Amino acid sequence: MAKKTDDSQQEVKNSTPSVAQAQPLSKKEAAKAAKKQREVIEKNLKPATEDLDIFEANKVESEPLIKMRDVKISFKMGTMERIVINHLNLDINRGEILGLVGESGSGKTTIGRALIRVNKVTDGEILYDNVPISGKIPRSREKLLKTKIQMVFQDPGDSLNERANIDYIVSEGLRANHLFKDEAERMQKVQDIMQRVGLRVEFLSRFPHEFSGGQRQRIGIARCMVMNPEFVIADEPISALDVSIRAQILNLIKEFQQERNMTVLFIAHDLSVVRYISDRIAVIYAGNIVELTEANRLFEVPLHPYTKSLLTAVPIPDPSVEKKKKIVVYNPREVHHYMRSDPPKLVEIEPGHWVRCDSKEKEQYEVELKEKIAKLEAQKRADEEAARLKAAKSSEKGEDSHA
Amino acid sequence: MPKQKEAVRSFADVDFEEGAMTEFVPDPNQEVVLSVRDLDVGFMVRGKKTHVIRNINLDIYKGKTLAIVGESGSGKSVFTKTFTGMLESNGFISNGTIMFEGQDLAKFTTNEEWTPIRGKKIATIFQDPMTSLNPLLSIGYQISEVLIIHRGMTKEEARAEAIDLLGKVKIPHPEERYDDKPFQFSGGMRQRAVIAIALACNPEILICDEPTTALDVTVQSQIIDLIKELQKEYGWTTIFITHDLGVVANVADNVAVMYGGQIVEYGTIEDVFYHPEHPYTWALLCSLPQLGTKEEPLAFIRGNPPSFGEEIVGDAFAPRSAYAMNIDFVREPPIFKISDTHWAKTWLLSKYAPKVEKPLVIQELHERMKRAAQELANQEGGDYGQED
Repeated sequence: MAKKTDDSQQEVKNSTPSVAQAQPLSKKEAAKAAKKQREVIEKNLKPATEDLDIFEANKVESEPLIKMRDVKISFKMGTMERIVINHLNLDINRGEILGLVGESGSGKTTIGRALIRVNKVTDGEILYDNVPISGKIPRSREKLLKTKIQMVFQDPGDSLNERANIDYIVSEGLRANHLFKDEAERMQKVQDIMQRVGLRVEFLSRFPHEFSGGQRQRIGIARCMVMNPEFVIADEPISALDVSIRAQILNLIKEFQQERNMTVLFIAHDLSVVRYISDRIAVIYAGNIVELTEANRLFEVPLHPYTKSLLTAVPIPDPSVEKKKKIVVYNPREVHHYMRSDPPKLVEIEPGHWVRCDSKEKEQYEVELKEKIAKLEAQKRADEEAARLKAAKSSEKGEDSHA
Repeated sequence: MPKQKEAVRSFADVDFEEGAMTEFVPDPNQEVVLSVRDLDVGFMVRGKKTHVIRNINLDIYKGKTLAIVGESGSGKSVFTKTFTGMLESNGFISNGTIMFEGQDLAKFTTNEEWTPIRGKKIATIFQDPMTSLNPLLSIGYQISEVLIIHRGMTKEEARAEAIDLLGKVKIPHPEERYDDKPFQFSGGMRQRAVIAIALACNPEILICDEPTTALDVTVQSQIIDLIKELQKEYGWTTIFITHDLGVVANVADNVAVMYGGQIVEYGTIEDVFYHPEHPYTWALLCSLPQLGTKEEPLAFIRGNPPSFGEEIVGDAFAPRSAYAMNIDFVREPPIFKISDTHWAKTWLLSKYAPKVEKPLVIQELHERMKRAAQELANQEGGDYGQED
């Protein structure tokens, strides 16, 4: 116990003064308050019943599936504490695909891993169906959670056990959670899912090295989907694949999501991919969400300079466009001049469109947004006009030819 | 997409190859640096000979950028490895010539022959910078090593030059970073260091083997810009291997599309993107997520590329193509010339082939992309230049 208090004191000393430390509470007091808060939440939870597990008992259909409240994730390197995610507030709605985009090192994978409890959450709460799943939770709940959340990994080569055959790999989750009555049922489940992802049943006795990259990723998806998860974390599932195979895997994930009404967190570094697959997109930079909105809206009216820079980095398969383009490099020190008295916050700038900014920037963004919307509408009108003209012309022509 | 049926019953009756290209002539307006003729490359695998590169003819023009596109397993890396004699030990060139500065590189066997070419005249940048750098040696040492061996510099001269090179590839504070080991660099910085090594000898040809596949999009665009910038300064010829057509659109002057160990379509960048003729090029373009809309599933290529060791009869792409005709399964298509700069290896271009509509996406490609560009142009800073 004594050691613990030592640690927490050291943390206070070493942690750099940042915007986050605006609260007057000391670390110790904050921890106490958090503990109290957690106790209150736990007390108010409805207990599990015979036919409803704890998550289902507390589920509110209209509320988001996952709520992250003031989540902080930090890694300790000796006495140094490195904060990777700070004050993250993010909701993932039921049945949506949320795209999470950012460069390597921005913390997007860390968030995904925190959701399946691989990375510890230092502060804050993650709620799944209103039930806390971060920090200390009962063992039974953790086990139950892991049947509900599944993950698809980036590198299909590294994430499959080389020494196990496909049958074992795909049914490992079923075995660990006793999700079948007898061998026949297990075989049935595994065979069904293999066919569903487009692999032959004979492949079950083979080993991962016998497959191509695309097939391996299909195995990864089969392993994930055989558990019939409610929530899937896809961590850059197509970055390591060929362009032609990317399309297949994207289609497969989308099909599954629509068929089972799953919720998906899709992590990627390429905005073009995310636009196709996701309903909403969150752009993350250095552990902070800088912009969050509906997928098409992000492309129509991007506001944060980092989003804009990401958009210019997307390669466009058209030489006349691509050769003329200039990349915008995002340098936060040049763009932002945040004051300690006016820390940046995630602000809702239009319904469902959140941007990280301070009050000064907020005004700028609001003006910019208005201009852009006006421009968009003007363009839309012009497009419609052009379409109408075209239609009129073609119908005229049609009449001519008839005559 | 409906399957096209061949109307003619017997192939012997008609000369389908009418109008096909019989002789391979380079573009007279360009200066040829390297010219490949009838190249065949094989591998010995478990005592069996496999055919990996099948009869490639290609001219590489001075100062231009050639992009080689294709899926993994299409043989793009193997093809360019023959230029530097870096085929795996079980690989061999069974036929053909690779002419470079009056020498036939296909005949080279010993390291003594290769040393003046490999690294000095033809340099390569590989996909993963971590595997092409020695983790135990400092970045600076690995650059000056090249300078000492190939350019005969002393240690001090090499150090000064290496620092200069690190600055050229825009690594900040090159003097301080000289003694750093590869693990102290980020992925993008490492790739810059590898480019510096390639620069050290001022090569004639720079082969970039998927240099940005392992990198983030933002870093990728920076690295590509750097390569383009340096190419302008040094005037070398670039061979860019990639499977990302977005990258190709950015860098290339000419494009060679590879499939099953052959070049199936070759042309200038405009030819290949705006008037593609080979079904495989169509399929590649269709499967780009940038072109996808929410309402319809993305188009993709069915099946797998042919694996090595498989005997390929007819058109290698036929089993996966929605446009395959009967003849595609029997006889290999010859090369049909479309224009002076553009040719494709498909029976669809034969005089006797039925006229086929290109997929809608290809027809609309330019339209769709122009719209996407306009969207981006609406953002300040993104100076895309409007299409006129």
